[in-house]
Formats: sequence, C-alpha cells, structure tokens
Amino acid sequence: MNSESYAMRNLNERALSATAEEIAAAADTGDAVRMRVEGLSVYYGKVQAVKQVTMSIRTHKVTALIGPSGCGKSTFIRCLNRMHELTPGARVEGKVLLDEQDLYGPGVDPVDVRRRVGMVFQKPNPFPNMSVKENVIAGFKLRGVRDRKVLDEVIEKSLRGAALWDEVKDNLQKSGASLSGGQQQRLCIARALAVQPEVLLMDEPCSALDPIATAKIEELVHELKDQVTIAIVTHNMQQAARVSDFTSFFYLGELVEFGETAKLFTAPEKRQTEDYITGRFG
Amino acid sequence: MDRHFRFRKFIEWATWFGMLGCISVSVFFLVGILGYVLVHGAGYIDWEFLTAMPVPAGETGGGIANALVGSFLVVAVAGLMALPIGIGAAIFINEFPSHGFGHTVRFLAEVLTGVPSIVVGLFAYALVVIPSGGFSALSGSVAYAFIMVPIILISAHEALRLVPDSLREASLALGIPKWRTIMGVVLPVSSRALVTGAVLAISRALGEAAPMLFTAFGNSFWNVNLTKPVATVPLLIYTYATGPYEDWHQKAWAASFVLLLVVLFTSVLTRAFLRSKSNE
Amino acid sequence: MARDSQATFESVERALGGVKPLGARQQVINFGDRIFYVIAKSFAVVVILLTVLLVADLVRGAWESIGRFGLRFLVGTTWDPVAREFSTLPTVIGTLVKGFIALLLAVPVSFGSAIFICFYTPRWLRPVISYPIELLAGIPSIIFGMWGLFAMVPVIRVVQVWLKANFGWFFLFNGPAVYGVGVLSGSIILFIMVTPIITAISKEILLTVPRAQIEGMLALGSTKWEAIWKVALPYSRIGLFGAVILGLGRAVGETMAVTMVGGNSFALIHSLFDPVHSMASQIASEFSEATYSLYVSSLIYVGLVLFGITILISLLAQFLIWKISKGKLALLD
Repeated sequence: MNSESYAMRNLNERALSATAEEIAAAADTGDAVRMRVEGLSVYYGKVQAVKQVTMSIRTHKVTALIGPSGCGKSTFIRCLNRMHELTPGARVEGKVLLDEQDLYGPGVDPVDVRRRVGMVFQKPNPFPNMSVKENVIAGFKLRGVRDRKVLDEVIEKSLRGAALWDEVKDNLQKSGASLSGGQQQRLCIARALAVQPEVLLMDEPCSALDPIATAKIEELVHELKDQVTIAIVTHNMQQAARVSDFTSFFYLGELVEFGETAKLFTAPEKRQTEDYITGRFG
Repeated sequence: MDRHFRFRKFIEWATWFGMLGCISVSVFFLVGILGYVLVHGAGYIDWEFLTAMPVPAGETGGGIANALVGSFLVVAVAGLMALPIGIGAAIFINEFPSHGFGHTVRFLAEVLTGVPSIVVGLFAYALVVIPSGGFSALSGSVAYAFIMVPIILISAHEALRLVPDSLREASLALGIPKWRTIMGVVLPVSSRALVTGAVLAISRALGEAAPMLFTAFGNSFWNVNLTKPVATVPLLIYTYATGPYEDWHQKAWAASFVLLLVVLFTSVLTRAFLRSKSNE
Repeated sequence: MARDSQATFESVERALGGVKPLGARQQVINFGDRIFYVIAKSFAVVVILLTVLLVADLVRGAWESIGRFGLRFLVGTTWDPVAREFSTLPTVIGTLVKGFIALLLAVPVSFGSAIFICFYTPRWLRPVISYPIELLAGIPSIIFGMWGLFAMVPVIRVVQVWLKANFGWFFLFNGPAVYGVGVLSGSIILFIMVTPIITAISKEILLTVPRAQIEGMLALGSTKWEAIWKVALPYSRIGLFGAVILGLGRAVGETMAVTMVGGNSFALIHSLFDPVHSMASQIASEFSEATYSLYVSSLIYVGLVLFGITILISLLAQFLIWKISKGKLALLD
C-alpha cells in the first residue's frame, strides 16, 4: 500500500478537524490569546480550500503552521489580515477575532485590520522606486505622515529590530532593490514592524533564501516575539520545530492537530501528524 | 539527385538575394526621404525663421514662429485633456477588474487607433466648430486629444500591467488603502513607461495636419487665444507646399526639417527610456 | 532605553492616527477608495462616450445628405456641387484601388524585409537594421507628402511618359501621363508609408516562431529558405495576415500624402495615370470650398463611409489577434 492510500485510510478512520474543546484542552498553557479563529471556511468560487478551522494564536508566542503543499495553510494565514479577499471569487465564512473583535464583522474596514496585523511574504518585495530608508517608512509616507522626528526614530528602531541596522546604516539612500535576498527580506520585516502591528504574519518567509539568510531570520523571529505576536507558515518542519512555541498541522484544508511544538513533534496525537513529521508523506 | 540539390541551393541563394533587395528598398526610401528633407530644409533654418512672424505672401523672409507656438499650444491643451482620460481609464481597467467593462474599453481604444485622422477632424468640426460658429484652437485640441487618448490608454495599461502584484500586496498589507497604493506605489513604479506613452502620443499629434484643416484652420498672424484659429506647423507645411510661391516651398522644407527633428528626437528619447528601464 | 522606546511607540501611534476600534465604521470601504473608484470609472466611461459621440456626430453631420440621397450615395457616380448632386462610388474605388496596389507592392517587400531581419541577420545586428525601419513608421504623413510631391512625382512623370510612349496600347498605361500625380504616384507613396508598419509587426510575429520547429526542419536536411517557407510562414500566417490588414487600414485612412500626390479629380479610374481622389483627399481638398449645408453634409457622409470601412478593417484585425491568442494555446498540444 503506498503512502497516499495509507493516509487516505487514516483520514477516514480518525476525526479530522480538532474541535474547539480539543484545542482548548490540548493547548491550555495559560497563555493569553491574541487572535482566535472560529469555524473558518474559505472558498475560491465553488472550491473549498479551508474547512472549518478553529484555533488560537497566543500573545508574544510564535505559532507555526505546517503541512504539505496545497493544504491550505497559506490561504488560511492570508485570512488573518484579510488579504485573501483580494483574490477574485474568494469567500470567507466563520470568525477571526483579534482581541475578541471579529475582523470580518459588520463595519470593519480591512485597511484598519491590516495596520494591526502585518505580513511578510514569501518572495521579498521591497519597493524598487524607494531607497532603504524610504522603504522602512513606506507605511508612513504612503499615508502622508511627514513628521521628520518620528520618522527618523522609526527608521533606526525598525532596522535594529530587523537586525539590519548595522549592515545598511551607512547606505540608507541606496535603492531597496540593491540589497541581497536575505537583506531584502529583513528590510520587508523592518517595514512591517515600523507601523507597530500587534501580530506579524509570515508566509514562508525563508523559502526564497539561502541557508545563512534563513538562519538569520529564524534568529530574528526568536527575538521579535517579545515585541509582536508571530504566526509563521513554513513547509520546513525543522524550521517550525526550531522557532515556534505552538504548531498547527494542516492537511487538505483541515486543521488536523494543534498544540505546543515540543509535544506535537515528539508525541503527536493524530496519525497523520506523525506520518507527516516522520516523512511518510508530504 | 545532384541536379535537384543544386537547384535547391540556387533557390536558397536567390531568395536570400531577393530579401536583401527588399530590405534595401526600405532602407533606400528611408535614406532618400530623410536625406532629401535634410538637404532641402536644413540650410534655410536660422534664428529669423524660428522666431519671426510670416510676411505677406510672395515676399521673402519672415518665419514660422506663430506656427511653432500654435502647435505647442494646441498639443499642450490636448495633452491636458487626453492624459487624465487615458491614464485614468487605464488605471480603472487594470486596478479595478470589472467583468468585461474594462475589456470593452480597452477593445474600443484599440479600434479607435484605426480611425483616420481626417475623420477625427470631422468629428471635432461637428462637435465644436459648428456649435461655436467658428474655427478655433480649442477645436484643434479636441481633435488632437481624440487621437491621443487611445495611444495613451493602451500604453498606460501595458505599463500598469507590468507592475508586479507583489508590490501592491506589500503596500496593502501595511494597511494602506487601495487608492494610496495606486498613487504611491503603482504609478511611481510605472512612471517611466507612462511618460514614454505620453511622449509618443504627443509626438504623433504634433505631426498631424489633416485634423487641423477644419478645426484650428490656420492663421497668418500671432494668436494664443484658444477660441480663435491658430497656425500649426504641419498644416503650415501643407499650405506652403501646395501654394504657388517658391519661397513658400522653401519654408515648407525648412518646417518639415524642424518637424522631422522633433519626431526623431522623441523617438530616440523614448527608445532610450524604455531600454534603460528594462536594464534595471 | 525602555522609556525612550515607550515614548517612540506612543509618538508613532499618534502619527499613525491611533488604533481604530474595529467595527466602528459606517461604510466598510473607506472614503478615499470610493471616490477614487468613481473618478477612475468616469474616465473609462468617457472613452466609451467619445466613441459614441464620434459615431453620433458623424451621422448627425451627414444626416442632410443621407436623407437626400440614402444609399444611392454609395453607388452613384456624380459629384456636382452646382447641380447639388453627390455620390461617392468613384472615390471609394479610388481609395481601395490605391490601397490594394500599395499592398501589392508592400506585402512582398515587408515580408521579405521581416524574414531577412529575423532569420538572416545575426542577433546583434537586428536592432541596427530594424530600428530605422520602425523610425520610418513614425514620420508624419505630411513629410511623406512633401517628398512625394517634390522629389517623387517628377520622377514618376518621366516614367509615366516613357510607359505611355512605349506601352500606351495597354489600358493601364493609357492615361494622362504628364500629370505625374495620379493612381500610380498615390499607390507608391502609400506603399512607402505602409511597408514599415507591416515590416515591424511581421518581424515581431516571426520572432515568435519556436526555434525548435525550424531547427527540426534544418536537421532533416532542408535549406534555410525551405524551413522558413514550410514552417515559419504557415505557423505565423494569421499574424502576418493581421499585419497586412493593419497596413491596409493605414493606407485607406491616409490623407495628407495622398492629397498631395494622388491627383484630385472626381472620376472613375481608367488607367494608372488618372488623377483620382481618395475619400480622405476629397474631404481634405473640398471642405473649405463647401459653401452650403448639403455640400458639407455630403462631405461628412463621405467621411462616414470612410469611417465605416476603416472600422470594418479594424474589427477584422482585432478578430485575427483574438484568434491568434486562442490558436496559440491550441498549437501547444
């Protein structure tokens, strides 16, 4: 029997999505909850990409989202800052709560949401027409904020926070696109941090980078969690094990298991989780 | 077998020669025309030609200053009308996807580029000259604007399409509203290509004589009043070239040379612009 | 340091306008976006409006003449301002004949040039050759007219006189050779103007032929020309046809150059040397002399017919482009 049909059999045997009670029980460490997701389902037209996911993201902790390609983790994370709805034909059901306020509630402007929940993307995307300095404060300049004093403070603070200050402090005027891949990604992190979000979402931030740059960013994630709550999507299990406090395992659009990283990786409760972690599929 | 092969080789050589001939024809005409204009026109150009007003018909001397200023005026006003429309529509089509309305507008623009310029002149005549009772620079601008809008729209649309979505996402993820994203990221990033399209449209309008025949109409005197007829360079070339005076013919050559320089200059400029952009 | 950091945090929050409570807004899409959408959409609507206005104004301007002559206008052969009788068949014929002769000359030269640029020129040399040709496409028509009138017509006149003297029995050469301006001159100037356009587009089309297909033929032992003739040209035939159509559109709509060298006379064509109006040149020449409204209206009617023909050509070109984009996907199978 090949691994795929083995996995299919397991799917049929066990309860698939963790229920809200299971989540609470499995992850009750007493940490404060920053964001909560209840029964989130996501559709592209008729296709359902995410099925009834319920989980929480703890304040000042790193939550990793893992799973094989196409399992819906990227789609899921893009719902946390309402970026998913930019795709034509996209539809969302369920609730996403930031400090108990529903992001999809009536009268909520996505623009407000995105200021509080920031995002760093898979491929670094600094603005090519702006210098390093201008990229960092892009969130301000694009809003029309001009207070020089505040901006100068923000530039240094954000670049230090992204562990980039020492490398670029003498070259702030250079174009954003002239940095190396790893530096560009840290610039994007600095840019996201500059507007002081409460949660920072990272969608496979290291997949386009070399191992050294990846290591730098993983170290950065570790330092940043005191400032900002982090959720990180990664296809690299070892990375998840290294950086995160909590991990969710997604498969075929469903949340299969969620718990403290240490526990999930050493003693997973569900068979699929174990199969994925031990490399039997994915 | 060998004979057949030699025949094929001969065909190969003959066609190569024939195609070389075709290219030579194209190049021949290019050189012939540009060279002819250069030889007949360049010598007549002096400071007086560029800055003086025309003298009464038949006399020598004088210049085409009124036409130079007139062309500039009519095209500038046309640009003020055409640029917002062309770029605005392109922004709508690309940034606000809309189930076919955008496609229709783009399709119409492509079709409009094929409308003969004389028909555009008739349109401006019917729209502006008839109701206002007379020829005017403004009607000329309307005609030029009509020619420019499709060119600007199409090139702006292509320029906007080249801006990667990742940049839009980056801005939106910072909590920047869509309109600020467009104004602050999309437009600046595509600015080079946008300017190129605008320059091409302006250069095209500058050379069009046919629409001016019954709109701006021409004027032997100085005029910067939009509601009155005004002289434009291409129309002046036509009037002088088909007139009876040798001096007029001479002036037509010189004016052709000036026009040619402007067109060549903008062509080289836009080419350099586009190439340096793709090198970034 | 922690206190500084806190102060910075607060001043940044202030600069950003503070944290807005979610759900507080009345409208879900913010004000700036809504206004911007409306403004952008109205510009797009203006484009549609311009098209509608164009057709409406042409029809309105031609209305008097349409009412008077109806469809007779398209097949009659009288144009008499004094007798107030107008029709347009000879000018339509004049336009189309000049256009087709121009294409007859332009298509081989353009295709030959494009093939040469694509397949017989080393890559580095290509821009050097094709750039001047593209430059030619951007030269204003009035300059072609100038050159045509003063440089070309005298030469054509000599040629025409010679042809008539030696081959005058042939109906095409049996006309007023001494004018110099006429169908032949008009066609040739159109040929010169249209060739760069067809060449430029054909070059782009031919460059999209997959190298692999040509190399496959060459590997089977064909000569380069055979590979082009049997593979490249059939592959790109739709695009090449489209290029020709676009050239035709330009030739039909061309005004100034044709007015200056095409001969300005209203008559059915009998020979290549006859001076004959095209629709555009008739409008250009006579508009200033149109002293009464039916005359003006008839000229606008001519413009409407010209518009109709160029729109048909344009739509045909668009259809071909659409077919290419669909067909290419099928060819990948």
